[in-house]
Amino acid sequence: MAGIIEVQNLTKIFSTKDAEVEALQGINLSIQAGEIYGIIGMSGAGKSTLVRCLNFLERPTEGTVKIEDKDLGAMTEKELRKQRSEIAMIFQHFNLLMQKNVLDNICFPLVIAGMDKKEARKRAEGLLDIVGMKEKAKAYPSQLSGGQKQRVAIARALAGNPKILLCDEATSALDPQTTQAILALLKDINKQYGITIVIITHEMAVVREVCSHVAIISGGHLVEQGRVFDIFSHPQTKAAKELILKGDNETELNLEDHQRDLMRGKSCIRIVFSVNSSFEPVIANMVLKFGQPVNIMKADTMNVEGIARGEMILQLPEGEELQEQLKEYLRERGLAVEEVDGYVE
Amino acid sequence: MWSKEVIWMIVEGIGDTLYMTLVSTLCGYILGLPMGITLAVTDKNGIKPNAVVYKILDVIANVIRSIPFLILLILLIPFTIFLVGKSYGSTGTIVPLTVAAAPFIARMVESSLNEVDKGVIEAAQSMGAGTFTIIWRVMLVEARTSILVGATIAIGTVLGYSAMAGIVGGGGLGDIAIRYGYYRWQADIMLATVILLVVLVQIFQTIGMRLSNKLDKRKL
Repeated sequence: MAGIIEVQNLTKIFSTKDAEVEALQGINLSIQAGEIYGIIGMSGAGKSTLVRCLNFLERPTEGTVKIEDKDLGAMTEKELRKQRSEIAMIFQHFNLLMQKNVLDNICFPLVIAGMDKKEARKRAEGLLDIVGMKEKAKAYPSQLSGGQKQRVAIARALAGNPKILLCDEATSALDPQTTQAILALLKDINKQYGITIVIITHEMAVVREVCSHVAIISGGHLVEQGRVFDIFSHPQTKAAKELILKGDNETELNLEDHQRDLMRGKSCIRIVFSVNSSFEPVIANMVLKFGQPVNIMKADTMNVEGIARGEMILQLPEGEELQEQLKEYLRERGLAVEEVDGYVE
Repeated sequence: MWSKEVIWMIVEGIGDTLYMTLVSTLCGYILGLPMGITLAVTDKNGIKPNAVVYKILDVIANVIRSIPFLILLILLIPFTIFLVGKSYGSTGTIVPLTVAAAPFIARMVESSLNEVDKGVIEAAQSMGAGTFTIIWRVMLVEARTSILVGATIAIGTVLGYSAMAGIVGGGGLGDIAIRYGYYRWQADIMLATVILLVVLVQIFQTIGMRLSNKLDKRKL
């Protein structure tokens, strides 16, 4: 099925005076209507460039971007501007007009679209209610906290009845609690208005929290994509493993350096299981059955696609044959089992 | 010495100085504001980069700004006569004052607009705003306090230039200072005009800064 956003073979090259930098290379992406799609990568991976190619703030060097089957590259400047008004965007630094109050900021896209000022104000007030900022209508951005500014920015983004909302590191300047609140708001908006949301981030926690699908960008290439749970439990590439294990949020599986040293060269495995399905004490039973102790290095539970998941890192006893048997035992019980060597290299 | 005539002359001088300064600054903005906007927009980091247009305006601004005002005043005499019929008096001084002020103002407007957060401009672009909308509704709005501070500086500078016009019979306080203070050695009159010039600049500066602080919604 053709998605609401179809990216084909997208390449972006920035030419500077003395060098050409390939920011993106051969990206293929298909995002279905109504999804919350995460694009994750380390800083400098090219994800911000990618999101700007989705509304042609950056023109791709090669390849096509289609929104609802319409090719952005074939549009005139005027058509493109009209199309952009249907693709809203929010930013890391909010980018509100500092000299305008909250209400006028939200009216801004409506005024650009030529709506009557009175009507625009009325609509803006309704939007303020949705994002829970009604009492701040007359305040100026400098009087608001980061989370409040992002709420205003979200209201502004919704003003033009967009079909797509692009979020460029929208929670990266916010503290963990505020991040949660903003993510909950985005989820809510996705559910209530069916707006397709594309979330650019460097935090796995953000993707886990709200996204259904994710694409991993590394060095300008799209290295892995799929359902968040699949990638979370079976990361294929080094980039994916790094993002999952390293993390930079406290809820992420943070491995201390000494833990990494311990794991290096040892037979450690990472297992992921659904908390709901873990009535059976799998690890304990395994230890009893094989009569061999395992060392639990780290255990945590977290939300993935809205479902609680458990994650554990186990150090297995010596002996290759025994290790294989243990892994087989765990797999038979429906757990995702991964070698950890790849993570700690 | 402080006869009625002298006092009346000084009062008239204040009027002439204000007339020259304000009209020239206004005309300076009529030319300089669009020029400054064009410079900021066509800059290679602007919203519609255009190297040719930028370079032409850049050179014009630099050339005029590098000519000392006194020389410009004399160079422009034929042009001034063509435009307003005479090259002396307050009205005759407005033409060279405007020509000198416009590129100066353009540079200040350019720098004010370049200070506007690129993120806000990008946000407007993402909403589908065109170039004109971005200039009018984003850049000029966000930069307005900085532009106002620039205007305050411009008025002070033009006031200083207007005093120089006394050399060619330009009228105003500067003219009085030169005729009485320099040619006739009447130090008291010169001192009085200098003090008045200082007071005028002070007043404009205070009003300008107060207004700009009041308008700035970032400082609440």
